[in-house]
Amino acid sequence: MSVPVRVESAVPAEPRPPRELTIDDIEALALGAWILGTGGGGDPYHKLLNMRELYRKGHTVTLIDPHSLADDARVAVLSNMGAPLVGQERLADANFAVKPVRTMERYLGHPFDAVMSLEIGGGNGVHPMMVGALTGYPVVDADTMGRAYPEAQMTSVAVAGLQCFPFTLADIRDNEVIIPRAESWKWMERISRKACTEVGSVAATCKAPRTGREIKDHGILYTTTKAIDLGRSVFDARARHADPVQAILDACAGQLLFTGKVVDVARRATEGFLRGKAEIEGIADDTGGRFTVHFQNEFSVGYRDGEPVVMTPDLICVVDSVSGDGIGTDVIRYGQRVSVLALPGPEVFMSEKGLEAVGPRAFGFDLDFRSVFAETVSGEAAP
Amino acid sequence: MKRIGIDVGGTNTDAVLVDGSTVVGAVKTATTDDVTGGVRTALRDLADQVGAAIAATAAVMIGTTHFVNAVVQRRSLNRAAALRICLPACASLPPMVDWPHDLAGLVDGGSYMVEGGHEYDGRPLMPLDEMAVAEAGRRMRADGVRSAAVTSVFSPLTSAFEDRAADILQSEHPDLRVTRSSTLGRIGLLERENVTILNACLQDLAEETVRAFETAIAESGIAAPLFITQNDGTVATAAVAREQPVYGFASGPTNSMRGAAFLSGIEDAMVLDVGGTTSDIGCLRAGFPREANNVVQVGGVRTLFRMPDVLSIGIGGGTVVTEAPLTIGPVSVGYRLTRDAMVFGGETLTLTDIAVAAGISEIGDRGRVAALSPGLVREVLAAVHRRLSEAVDRMKTDAAEVPLLAVGGGAMLAPDRIDGVSEVVRVEHFAVANAVGAATAQVSGEVDHVFRDMDRDALLRMAEQMARDRALSAGADPATLKVVDMEDLPLAYLPGNAVRARVRVVGDIAAR
Repeated sequence: MSVPVRVESAVPAEPRPPRELTIDDIEALALGAWILGTGGGGDPYHKLLNMRELYRKGHTVTLIDPHSLADDARVAVLSNMGAPLVGQERLADANFAVKPVRTMERYLGHPFDAVMSLEIGGGNGVHPMMVGALTGYPVVDADTMGRAYPEAQMTSVAVAGLQCFPFTLADIRDNEVIIPRAESWKWMERISRKACTEVGSVAATCKAPRTGREIKDHGILYTTTKAIDLGRSVFDARARHADPVQAILDACAGQLLFTGKVVDVARRATEGFLRGKAEIEGIADDTGGRFTVHFQNEFSVGYRDGEPVVMTPDLICVVDSVSGDGIGTDVIRYGQRVSVLALPGPEVFMSEKGLEAVGPRAFGFDLDFRSVFAETVSGEAAP
Repeated sequence: MKRIGIDVGGTNTDAVLVDGSTVVGAVKTATTDDVTGGVRTALRDLADQVGAAIAATAAVMIGTTHFVNAVVQRRSLNRAAALRICLPACASLPPMVDWPHDLAGLVDGGSYMVEGGHEYDGRPLMPLDEMAVAEAGRRMRADGVRSAAVTSVFSPLTSAFEDRAADILQSEHPDLRVTRSSTLGRIGLLERENVTILNACLQDLAEETVRAFETAIAESGIAAPLFITQNDGTVATAAVAREQPVYGFASGPTNSMRGAAFLSGIEDAMVLDVGGTTSDIGCLRAGFPREANNVVQVGGVRTLFRMPDVLSIGIGGGTVVTEAPLTIGPVSVGYRLTRDAMVFGGETLTLTDIAVAAGISEIGDRGRVAALSPGLVREVLAAVHRRLSEAVDRMKTDAAEVPLLAVGGGAMLAPDRIDGVSEVVRVEHFAVANAVGAATAQVSGEVDHVFRDMDRDALLRMAEQMARDRALSAGADPATLKVVDMEDLPLAYLPGNAVRARVRVVGDIAAR
C-alpha cells in the first residue's frame, strides 16, 4: 500500500490566537461544510438561520487553535443525530443543542472548557457554533471526521481506540438519556440510535468527552478554518464571475476527476441508509467518458469507464458545475451539470485501522484503497 | 361541452371558447387595472366573434397572474397573523424568520408559538395548548387582524391540531379567516408555513378579484359557474380559489403547457415557451406539467408546494444583442419591442431582428436589417439554439427521446433539431395557448403521506383511494378519474419501513 503524503496546513509553531468569528465567517462555514459533506451530513440551512438570529441578538463565537488547549482541558464533542426528513419539520434549535452538554456536565460533575464538532461535513459542521454562541464556550478548530460519515465508529477518535463513553442525548421535551458505558463504538451507535428513534428520530447529543491532549493527538485539526476558507473561496469566485469549481480545487489542493451531466440515478433505502449510484456522461474535455459514483448517505467510490479511480477515505465531492454548490445524495438528479472532485482525506484514515473503519470495504466494495493523491509523491502503485 | 377559458396576464387578457376538442373562437384584449373591465371586454369580443354559441357555455375558467404579482410587487396585501403549533420544538426560528424585511414588515400581523404538533409517525409531540390558542385569538381580534395562518409540526400527516386550533381561533374571533398549512403545503415546516402566510395575506385581494370575475361574467349575460385554474393544470371552484389564492401562483406557465398539449394532441413532451424576455421550459407527463419537488422562491420567500417545474432562461424575442463584444441578453426591450427593435424602426438589435434577417420570421420591415452580416446572424442563432437546447436537456428526466412543443411569440427562435428530442412541433394558436389551457383544465385529488409497515402494493392502493376521494369531493366526474402521478420514496433512517407516497388523480368536471 502506498503512503500518501500531501500538503496539509502546516502546524503553526505558536498556536494561533483565539479569533472571534463574524457572521460572514459562519455563512462561509455553512457553504464549505456542505461541500465537505461529500453528499451527506444534512443541509446546514436551518442551523445557519439560527446563527443569523443569534448574531442579530449580539451573540458571537470564538474559534480557538487546538494547540492552545491544555492537555487536561475538557472538550465536548457535539452532533445532531436523526433523520433528515424529521429535521425538515422539527427545526434545529440552538437552545436544544445546549441541553446534552449541560446533562454531561452534571453527570461528570464539572464544566467543559470548549466544544467542537463530531463531523465538519454538513449541518453538524455548524452545530457546535450554536452551542458556542449561547454558552460562551470557545469552539475548537477541529473535528473527528474531516468530512461526514454515516456511523459513530467512523471517526478519528474511534480509529485511535479512544473510549466511546459516556454519552448524553437530549429530547426537546424534558427527557434526557445518559449512556454511562458501552462495549464498543458499534454498540454505542446501536443503543443511542434506539433512544434517538424513540424521541422522534431527532436528538441533540454530546459524545464521549475528550481531553485537550486527545484532541491534539487524535483530532482532525483546523477543519473549521478549512471549511470557512473553502466557503469564502467559492463566494469570492462567484462575486468575481470566476470558476467556483476551480476555487474549490485551489482551496483544498483537490483534483478535478470528471465533468459531465447526470444521466441516471438509482436510489434505495436499506438498513437505515440511503444507498445507490449516479451515472454521469462526460461533457467538454470528458466527452465520450462515463463516470459512476456510488453512495451510502455520502459518496463512497467512483468509477471511470468501469475502472475504480477514487474511493473513501479520499473525499468525493459532486458539485454544481456552475455555482460550485454541494449536491446531496438525496437530491442529485438527471440533467444536472456536475463536476466530480477528489479532495485529500484525513491522514488518520489512511492507516490500516483507519481503512478498516472507513475504507472501501467498510462500504461493501472489495477494493484495495488507492488514493488519488498517492502518485503525486512516489508513483508507487497500490497492490 | 362548451367552455370559456380566460387568461388574465399582466399585459393582456385573452379569451377562447372551446367546444370539445375544437377552438371555436379566440380574442386578445388589454388587461385593465380593475380586472373586471378587461374580462368584460374579452367576453364581449368573444360573443361578437362566435355569436349565439356563447350562451350554451357550461363553465368559465380563469387563470391569472394577479396573486403572484401582488407578492412580487408587494401591493394589495393584507396583514396576517401566524400561529405555529410546535413548542417546545422550533422555538428559535419564529415565523417569517427568513423573509425579505420589506415584505415581512408589510404583512406581519403578529407571530404566536404554542405547544403541540406531531411526530413523523403520527404520535403527538405534545398535547395542543388550547388555552394559548384562545389567547392568541383574542389578541388577533384586539389587534384588528382579520386573517391568520396556522401551521403545526407534521400536519401533512395529521391535520387534527390545525383543525382544532382554527375552530378555537374562530370562536374567539368570528371575523377571522384561517388558512391551515395542511391544506396547502408539504413536509418542510418553514417552507409550508411561508406558503400558508402568503395565502393568508392574499385573502382580501382574492376575495375582491374573484368577486370582480363573477361580476364581469354575470354582466356579460353568461350563466355558467366560475372556476379558477391552479398551478397543477386543474381548476378549483370560485369558493375554494377565494380561500387558496397561492394555488394559482404558477397557473400562467401551467396553462401555456396544458394549452400546447391540447392544441398539438401530444401529452408527453417537453414544452418550450419563448416569450419576449424569457424562455420557459417545462415537461408534460400525461398532459400535466411535472411538479417541482424543490424549494421555489416567490418574491424572495422560500416555498414548497404544488408548483410546476419550470426553468426560465434569458432568451426571448426582445432579448438585446450587442456586436462587439458579442453578447446575447439577459437584457430585453420587453413590451417596447414594437418601438425599439430595428425592424420596427428602433435602434436596438434584438433576437426578433436576427430572426427576421435569417428569414425565419416575417414581421416589421426586413429592409432595416438587410445590412446585418450573415456571419453575425448565423453565429447568434447558433448560440441561441445551443442555449435553448441545453436548457431543454437540463429539464429532461431521462435519456429517452421525447417531442418538444414550441409555443409563444418567439417560438421561431426554437431550433428544428435538438439532441434527445424526437421532433420539434410548432403549435398553432400559440398566442392564446394560455387561455386554451385554462379552458381545458380538469379537477384533481392529491395525497402526500408517510405509510409505515405496509407492503408496497397495499400502501399505493390506499394512497390512490385517498386521492380519488379527494378528487370526487373537489367536483370530479367519477367515470373520468385517472391516476396521473404515483411515486413512492423509501425514507432512510426511519424505522418501520416508512415510505412516503404521492399519488395524484384527475378527472373532468362533473356536469351539474
